[in-house]
Amino acid sequence: MTNQALTFAASGTRSSTETGEPHIEVSNLTMAYDGFVIQTGMNFKVRRGEIFIIMGPSGCGKSTLLRHLIGIKAPSSGSVRFDGLDLWGVDHETRDSLLLRMGILYQSGALWSSMTLAENIALPLSAHTRLSKKEVAELVSFKLSLVGLSGFEDYYPAEISGGMQKRAALARAIALDPEILFFDEPSSGLDPISAGRLDELIVHLTESLGSTAVVVTHDLASILEIGTNSIYLDIETKSILAEGPPGDLLEISSSQNVRDFLSRGQGQKTRKTPPEHHQP
Amino acid sequence: MPPQISASMQKDGVAVLALSGDWSIDAELPDLAKIRAFLSREQPKRACLMAEDLGSWDSALLTFLIRLSQILEQLGIERDDRTLPKGVLGMIALSQAVPERQDAIRNQTPNDFLTLVGEHAIWLQQDFFRLADFIGEICIAFGRLLRGKSRMRWSDVMTHIQECGPNALPIISLIGILMGMILAFVGAVQLKVFGAQLLIADLVGLGMAREMGAMMTSILMAGRTGSAFAAELGSMTVNDEIDALKTSGFSPIEFLVLPRILAMFITIPFLCLFADILGIFGGSIVAAALFDVSIPEYLQQLNTRMRPIDLEVGIGKCAVFGILVAVAGCFRGLQCQRNAASVGLATTSAVVTGIVFIVVSDAVMTMMITALDLLKR
Repeated sequence: MTNQALTFAASGTRSSTETGEPHIEVSNLTMAYDGFVIQTGMNFKVRRGEIFIIMGPSGCGKSTLLRHLIGIKAPSSGSVRFDGLDLWGVDHETRDSLLLRMGILYQSGALWSSMTLAENIALPLSAHTRLSKKEVAELVSFKLSLVGLSGFEDYYPAEISGGMQKRAALARAIALDPEILFFDEPSSGLDPISAGRLDELIVHLTESLGSTAVVVTHDLASILEIGTNSIYLDIETKSILAEGPPGDLLEISSSQNVRDFLSRGQGQKTRKTPPEHHQP
Repeated sequence: MPPQISASMQKDGVAVLALSGDWSIDAELPDLAKIRAFLSREQPKRACLMAEDLGSWDSALLTFLIRLSQILEQLGIERDDRTLPKGVLGMIALSQAVPERQDAIRNQTPNDFLTLVGEHAIWLQQDFFRLADFIGEICIAFGRLLRGKSRMRWSDVMTHIQECGPNALPIISLIGILMGMILAFVGAVQLKVFGAQLLIADLVGLGMAREMGAMMTSILMAGRTGSAFAAELGSMTVNDEIDALKTSGFSPIEFLVLPRILAMFITIPFLCLFADILGIFGGSIVAAALFDVSIPEYLQQLNTRMRPIDLEVGIGKCAVFGILVAVAGCFRGLQCQRNAASVGLATTSAVVTGIVFIVVSDAVMTMMITALDLLKR
């Protein structure tokens, strides 16, 4: 991508050290399923305006962390604070109102399959705003045009390609102009060009909307090109192994695992050679 | 050439384990117990693995060598595998590169009968509490609907009414008419012995109206629509659509469950009435065609014996069954895990749960109706 994204990173205008107060604050978070601890003792802050990357190897709990951040799964212990409010300490209605300030792009898109793209985007608009039907329809067309899907209003999710579904889901995620956008593996299942375009779109939209973005991914190109801050979840120690801008972590992280991850194993000292299969 | 391993001792106290032949997963592998016995007896300091005569190999050799390594380790014998092919060493190293995660190993519970019964009982108890929670949430959502605070869309109710009602008519018609014919035929064979064929009308009319129409309709709806509810909601769970609803500020109960329950509650009484009428019609055909009871006679007899309360009881029961079938379908659908197999299980479970609900509630309602003397003449 994306000279634009590279420029953001290089100029430092979106760097974590210069952005505002914490938007999300995670304290002593422990995540577990059926007593099996996935990550423990997690502490980090996502500051306003950042593109915050949650990275790590498969199975380390990235998507589970995202489910904790968006209020779908309750922490085993610890807290997730959104603008100072504990997501699981407030009453149901406050939590719902907090969730409405978030937009989420799920890994699978998660468009409601029984509705057209227009209905998918219109649903949150008509439920949570006082807009007239005409205004909603105009906004729907506008949001679809932002993601390059003008004219696809009446298509059902099953009738469009995976990349288009992702973009339509992004249009739904930004329907209510959220303050914070969450992306779960946005580039999974996409070809490199579509993935690059989606990354470009993420940067564009978060910049234009002034939103914070939290991106769960292990796609190196995305991590290094769009991330302004990041954490690396380690599968062995079940904790955050490193925190900082991805480019810095690649260069100066004290952890070999993190450097290996960000360099696709090129920095690995004990590199395994692929075994040959012996057939005399 | 079959896979072989030969063991011998050298003078310097080193055991030589020579591998030969073609090692394939199809072939019968050498017995490691003999190697263990040999090594235990000779107690060498070092074991040298030789592969000079080794032919082709695949994973069979690798797993054999891993087990052999474990034996050597247990016996405290140093392993020298330098002469093994590079590929073999590479594959073994790769398999051991990431150590086993001890905390990932699941505790294996014993598989004896009592344990299984106990586990199932605990599951049933938890399932009961989950169901109670679910019904509680439905009641709250219904309360919000009555207070005009619900986000339920009436367009969804209409869509489901179309699905549950008109679209189900063909199968309800077929089974209803056949049920009436079967009841008439089975009953008439016995009644004819006493020359009481005319009572076919009583048998079919009262049977269909009070019990069979409601039971048959609701079981059909459990198989047809309850399972569809579970499959729809299960697929939505797998595709994160339910999570997307929650994070968009919609309660799945209000948005997905309530319209389905209402649609079923509204349509199933009509389906039941339709099934009753067709069943009675089917009975009249059998009575007229095979047992010399003309259709006017049949209808006259029906008119004298059947009362509105008979139909009302059946239709009332069916409305309750309809709610229970929809609850079972939605409950199992929302319980679905995030995999395709789970959708199948949820669908099956929705039908089974629905039928259990129908039978249990039918027993309870029948006792209540008897206690209240609703059908007393």
